[in-house]
Amino acid sequence: MDLFEYQARDIFEKHGVPVLGGVVATTPEEARAGAEQLLGGQPGVVVVKAQVKVGGRGKAGGVKLARSADDAAEKATEILGMDIKGHTVHRVMIAAGAKIATEFYFSLLLDRSERRYLAMCSVEGGMDIEQLAVERPDALAKVAVDPRTGIDQAKADEIVRAAGFDAEIAPKVAAVLQTLWTVYRSEDATLVEVNPLVLTEDGEIVALDGKVTLDENASFRHPEHADLEDTAAADPLEARAKAADLNYVKLDGEVGIIGNGAGLVMSTLDVVAYAGEAHGGVKPANFLDIGGGASAEIMAAGLHIILTDPQVKSVFVNVFGGITACDAVANGIVAALEILGDEENKPLVVRLDGNNVLEGRRILAEAGHPLVTIADTMDGGADKAAELAHAAA
Amino acid sequence: MAIFLTEASKVIVQGMTGSEGQKHTTRMLASGTAVVGGVNPRKAGTSVTFGEGDTATDVPVFGTVAEAMDATGADVSVVFVPPAHTKAAVVEAIDAGIPLVVIITEGVPVADTAEFFALALDKGVRLIGPNCPGLISPGKSNVGIIPADITGPGRIGLVSKSGTLTYQMMYELRDLGFSTAIGIGGDPIIGTTHIDALAAFEADPDTEVIVMIGEIGGDAEERAAAYIAEHVTKPVVGYVAGFTAPEGKTMGHAGAIVSGSSGTAQAKKEALEAAGVKVGKTPSETALLARQLVS
Repeated sequence: MDLFEYQARDIFEKHGVPVLGGVVATTPEEARAGAEQLLGGQPGVVVVKAQVKVGGRGKAGGVKLARSADDAAEKATEILGMDIKGHTVHRVMIAAGAKIATEFYFSLLLDRSERRYLAMCSVEGGMDIEQLAVERPDALAKVAVDPRTGIDQAKADEIVRAAGFDAEIAPKVAAVLQTLWTVYRSEDATLVEVNPLVLTEDGEIVALDGKVTLDENASFRHPEHADLEDTAAADPLEARAKAADLNYVKLDGEVGIIGNGAGLVMSTLDVVAYAGEAHGGVKPANFLDIGGGASAEIMAAGLHIILTDPQVKSVFVNVFGGITACDAVANGIVAALEILGDEENKPLVVRLDGNNVLEGRRILAEAGHPLVTIADTMDGGADKAAELAHAAA
Repeated sequence: MAIFLTEASKVIVQGMTGSEGQKHTTRMLASGTAVVGGVNPRKAGTSVTFGEGDTATDVPVFGTVAEAMDATGADVSVVFVPPAHTKAAVVEAIDAGIPLVVIITEGVPVADTAEFFALALDKGVRLIGPNCPGLISPGKSNVGIIPADITGPGRIGLVSKSGTLTYQMMYELRDLGFSTAIGIGGDPIIGTTHIDALAAFEADPDTEVIVMIGEIGGDAEERAAAYIAEHVTKPVVGYVAGFTAPEGKTMGHAGAIVSGSSGTAQAKKEALEAAGVKVGKTPSETALLARQLVS
């Protein structure tokens, strides 16, 4: 789960990372109040920053300086509702202004290939770090981090040395890196990025922006992370699927897909997309993995979600009976159709293979549901489902 | 021969007394796996009976992995422990020095995996998984949750991130059979990679053709492609799932996510093809390519 900047700021503060004051606002009035709070009646500047989970907001006009509380409200009016790379701005953060002397870069992330963590640090922050990595790789220090020891004093010293910080500020930066490790470790993050990390004119090191990704597998030990989720932004079908504990991703096609196992479902989407090339270019409408078990209740819940997607014109159920035998899956489908009743009003192509497949197909054939077609192979089923979707479109 | 798992493998089950552990221990025993013990400190000294009548087997429960190894000579542990306790179970197995730990559990925090993987690397212990179906050397041994009755022994080696795609491919090639089929798991950090399995299949005299199944996310397939070009002389057939996956969405497996332009199926396919791997467009086409290479 990716966090908004203001959420990252709050988490940074909680773990002792130096940050500036920041208040989130969803309306210009809240922005004015936030700015008043930060300015405390004194003259000064605040920064109004669009809260979107995508890079490049500065260039898109999503970050503006404001010289008073009224000005902050005005800037918030301009930014709220703005579209930044397909993300609508629903919130802004009013941040205290900083007198920046120098900008640096720091990130700590999961290194999937090396199966440990990787710290990246540069004394040239602020700019597009991907660009820096390509154009001047020497300017970006990369230091491996052992997951068991993390960024302790010695590792922090190694990172700041590799990045080439001046001896004068190196100890201060090293101390901040250790607090960022605390964020990474104690919040179960897979990414903590600070760009820019700044040296202020007062000689302080401050995290001026923050990007944090949390590991959803670790949510059992962080019940408070549930509150960080941006439920408003979720697709309504995805939200319903999540509530039903289904692994569902909404896509932009016409053929609804249900399968068991993430790999097989991904493969099914591809095979349907290929088949669709011969049938008016129809595409998969979703990813839905009902898991190895494929019980009647889960099958019914999955079908229910897919059938209520108005874009769906046909459904392809692709199940390989491994641990669960095909007869049990077939009984599950039949029971699901009974549960759904008239709601099942779109053609359904079912492909079953594997454990006890003949019995499974017999059960489906015997049930004789008028909208159900039985397919012998995955390719054949995908083709039939694409054909039916095209015919109904 | 086979890779990682042979008829001589002696297997203990961590989490054997739980519902998943019981169910799959029954299946492992039925497929001929030598399950020699279970581990549960609260039930040490007891035993669990699997099956009925003449085929009933009593499997003893030990308090620790070390005790189970001492008493039985076990050299493989399979872990069915829930995510919150997986790290402790795996660390215990590594500390006991068991050579192979197969972690079936789905939903393990990646920080936990990163920590126990680092420990396993130090101690020279091989991990498979987490979030994987395990591995089967048909006719010899079956550790994890792969159905044993899809196919029998043969000369194809299969490595895949996904469980059901493993089953699908075993089914497509069921008349030819497999030396070993291994599901390495779909998490961002996994103990055994495509490269590890490719190296083992290359060295295994019983494996003639290798089928490698990948999916979106990370760069394991690209790295495997580079490894194949350099080190693998046996024919390799590949398949990559997730061409239609949108950017930034996790597709079921925690590691299956396209980030920006990296981790795409297209990039993986191209890397494999550049390494001389024949890549199928669909599982059935991939099976056909493999079929043509088996003598």
